[in-house]
Amino acid sequence: MNRELYGKLVFELSRPGRRGYRLPQSHISSSDLVGSKGEKAPEIPSVLLRRQQLSLPECDELTVVRHYNNMSTNNFGVDTGFYPLGSCTMKYNPKINEEVASHAGFASAHPATPGYASQGRLRLYRTLERALSEIGGMAEFTLNPFAGAHGELTGLMVIRAYHDSRGDKRRRKVIVPDSAHGTNPASAAVAGLEVVEVKSLPDGTVDVEALRPLLDDTVAAMMMTNPNTLGIFEHSIPEIARMVHDAGGLMYYDGANLNPMLGMARPGDMGFDVMHINLHKTFSTPHGGGGPGSGPVGVRAGLECFLPSPRVVEHADGTLDLEYSHEALGSISATLGNFAVQARALAYILSLGSDGLMEAGSLATLNANYVKEALKGDYLLPVEGLCKHEFVFDGLSDKSTGVTTLHVAKRLLDHGYHAPTIYFPLLFHESLMIEPTETESKETLDEFVAVMRDIAREARETPDIVLSAPHNTPVTHPDDTEAALNPHVTFDMC
Amino acid sequence: MIKFSETHEYVRVDGEYGYIGISDYAQKQLGNVVYVDMPEEGDELEAGEDFGAIESVKAASDLIAPVSGEVVEVNTALESDPRAVNRDPMANWIVKIRLSDPSQLDSLMSQEEYEGYCKK
Repeated sequence: MNRELYGKLVFELSRPGRRGYRLPQSHISSSDLVGSKGEKAPEIPSVLLRRQQLSLPECDELTVVRHYNNMSTNNFGVDTGFYPLGSCTMKYNPKINEEVASHAGFASAHPATPGYASQGRLRLYRTLERALSEIGGMAEFTLNPFAGAHGELTGLMVIRAYHDSRGDKRRRKVIVPDSAHGTNPASAAVAGLEVVEVKSLPDGTVDVEALRPLLDDTVAAMMMTNPNTLGIFEHSIPEIARMVHDAGGLMYYDGANLNPMLGMARPGDMGFDVMHINLHKTFSTPHGGGGPGSGPVGVRAGLECFLPSPRVVEHADGTLDLEYSHEALGSISATLGNFAVQARALAYILSLGSDGLMEAGSLATLNANYVKEALKGDYLLPVEGLCKHEFVFDGLSDKSTGVTTLHVAKRLLDHGYHAPTIYFPLLFHESLMIEPTETESKETLDEFVAVMRDIAREARETPDIVLSAPHNTPVTHPDDTEAALNPHVTFDMC
Repeated sequence: MIKFSETHEYVRVDGEYGYIGISDYAQKQLGNVVYVDMPEEGDELEAGEDFGAIESVKAASDLIAPVSGEVVEVNTALESDPRAVNRDPMANWIVKIRLSDPSQLDSLMSQEEYEGYCKK
């Protein structure tokens, strides 16, 4: 696209008086309108009428068509190119999901439709709820939370309600590993709980000995992601769960990294009591650019009563209904959550089946290990051994070139890739976190490996080309410091 | 006298006072600083506990007090110009405290020890 010609804002393209088409003036005044009983339509009070023209851009139809068509090509998504954004599970979203979600019976449903007139939609909710319970090894799920962090908050509220119900109101401490996603401590703080960090061992797994002294009668829960942020499976999980349970706390599973576990291991069997799942990660619903997401929360037997209202319950005659319980922690959403997202996730689960889901998790693990092993000479691999669905490099192996992880990420943009996650987790200075997902072919991975190796070679031989990247993106070098300090988010139309 | 902590804060000692900031190594690792969240005058700092946070284009990190004491002055210039931390981290300290336990300084690293620590 020629940016000079077609990269302008629609406001810059505006010329006074320019129009697409204009309908002729209506000769009927609103006072001529009469109802079925002959009554006149009320006039709009003059104080409510706009006195000035709206300041809208004025363009001809062709200009508008070109403007939006060109703009649409500036988007980057999994449908455009490889998107190895670690910890985000940017897997392909199969188009059959969209077909199912756009079924008229789903798409035109009103959230306030009574339960007796929504049996099909409630059945979809209930079927997905049962499927997630099976996958997670939990007794029950609520699908109501709108996103992952919303799910975390809901799960922690369940834990708090559980402790409070036993009169154990001192339990306010939530233990979070130092490698955790930032949402974990944030959700705990929003839930009115106190965050305590536990250190990791050099291999990124939780240090059981550092955990031991933190466990007392004020522990509400321990939050863990397994496999963790380095893509490493926490082998001590049974011991950790036993220690936390012995201290009277509950185990919370952050489902961000559930993808490689599908059908292989279940959080419920690992000793977790409460968990959330990001449907927009593991279950292939749209992600990025706002989603919308969905963060279902599952609980082990005995905690169901605390799940938020409404819940979908099944009567003996097989009909489904909404239930509002007094024991529940209240409502965390006005409705049953992002229903169209749930429809997509169920379409994904049913189209893959249990065998397909197990294969998806294994392939995600295989793809990550393939890329890791291919690149570990050029890039510094701080934790050797098998990873699960993702892994973290600590920048380039050769630290003498001045080329950092940030530069590598920017250079990848020149090659048409979305950059991996950078500078997270904070365990290393130059974190570069890659998650290929199962939906990429060997050819795509080989091309990516070749480009990553090229960038490592450029860093040694012609570092300037990496240091000055990106060269061919629509925007090359925004001043990110200035943007953070003095964000300029409006356009002066005068 | 200047001493450093393992979490990359320094304390420059001037009589009964200590000026606390982040090291040159820390500002380089963080990248351009966009915000410094500082305590208020009169707040008590406790060694090993966080007393604020520093946010850069890359990450947000807690500021950990290397020594204990009462905050007697806050470097308010950093509110409008947080990038001063990048330009000269040693001159642009974050808080000035009255040291409540100068013996804590003994457990911190000297300049030479700290430089060795960063190379590890």
